[in-house]
Amino acid sequence: MSPPAQTGTARTGAAWTGTARTGTAQSGATAWPRASEPGAAGAGAAAPVGLIASRVRLDEKRIMAALDRRAVPYERLDGRTCRYELDAAPPPWPVVLNREIGQVRAAYAAHGVEAGGGTVVNSAAAIELCGDKWRTSVALRRAGLPIPRTALALTPEAALDTIERIGYPAVIKPLQGSWGRLVTAVRDRHAAAAVLEHVAALPSPQSHIVYVQEFIDTPGRDVRAIVIGGRLVGAVYRSAGEAAGGWRANVALGATTERCAVTPELAELAEEAARVVGADIAGVDLLEERGERLLVLEVNSGVEFSGFQEAMGDTVDVADQIAGYVAACREGVWM
Amino acid sequence: MPKCSECSADVAVEDGAQENEIVQCAECGTELEVVRTAPVGLAPAPDVEEDWGE
Repeated sequence: MSPPAQTGTARTGAAWTGTARTGTAQSGATAWPRASEPGAAGAGAAAPVGLIASRVRLDEKRIMAALDRRAVPYERLDGRTCRYELDAAPPPWPVVLNREIGQVRAAYAAHGVEAGGGTVVNSAAAIELCGDKWRTSVALRRAGLPIPRTALALTPEAALDTIERIGYPAVIKPLQGSWGRLVTAVRDRHAAAAVLEHVAALPSPQSHIVYVQEFIDTPGRDVRAIVIGGRLVGAVYRSAGEAAGGWRANVALGATTERCAVTPELAELAEEAARVVGADIAGVDLLEERGERLLVLEVNSGVEFSGFQEAMGDTVDVADQIAGYVAACREGVWM
Repeated sequence: MPKCSECSADVAVEDGAQENEIVQCAECGTELEVVRTAPVGLAPAPDVEEDWGE
């Protein structure tokens, strides 16, 4: 069983300020106690969970409702107003659930909590690893997990040869990014050259690093598995919508979801992938190569689950599982 | 009833709306963020940033 989250050992302390909204199990204060105030030490049984989220989506509302049902006190923090100060007191929450929608802000929010010696789910290391497709691929491959053939080129110029070594069709992806944005399938040299010309014109140096994968022949869908606390919660098929050109199976691009029967192979792969990247709450994407062998595509550390929940119906309550895991972390026991 | 900052239309916000929740103006489609709940206050929602997502 995996530990719940990375716990910072360097207790350099931090000051925690910002605006907070308190869960129904709390008294309705509008700001959390300063870490330096009595009763704000953080690890007590009555101390609330921190929930960082600058955008309250259906997922966050479900998590807050689940925390309420479990009578787990929480304080919601708007990530846009948080600041962390070194050499101050530890954070007042025994555990922080990080639901910040911005990848960079999520990573530094986690760093801030950890700098104060706090525990955050997911850890900064997991967020940063999952947020970089190349580093994720390296970690998965080193662990011996099956992944698509993957290569990296340090310039768009070098990428053309890289793509040709992978073979057409190939998929060009940005190193960072989500929701299938800027993920492009190229089927011949002309298309690849055109895409790389656009990549070269992007302003950020990081955008010029080109991540290439072989195009996997799938049944027009991928598999999204959710793993919480080291255990598979369930899996759904995501079938690509036409808006995504019929192959990018992201719910954000209109993919539809359908419950997927869990096999031992699927469960083992998803749980191992989550473990390898150190994500306590993970959305693992898998591809069915020619409808047979499973490959791990990527691991998401800020799992969105509305489409997953819709497909799973009453068979599983993801928000409740997250709330249960966070509650267990808060009490120092986990599943 | 709160009004859309873009077109001034009345915007229906469900009871129990939370701060930082996003609602959409039915009149012009603008996304608005709930910045206050009692009474409900709306402001233009932040644009989606490049690093948003899972």
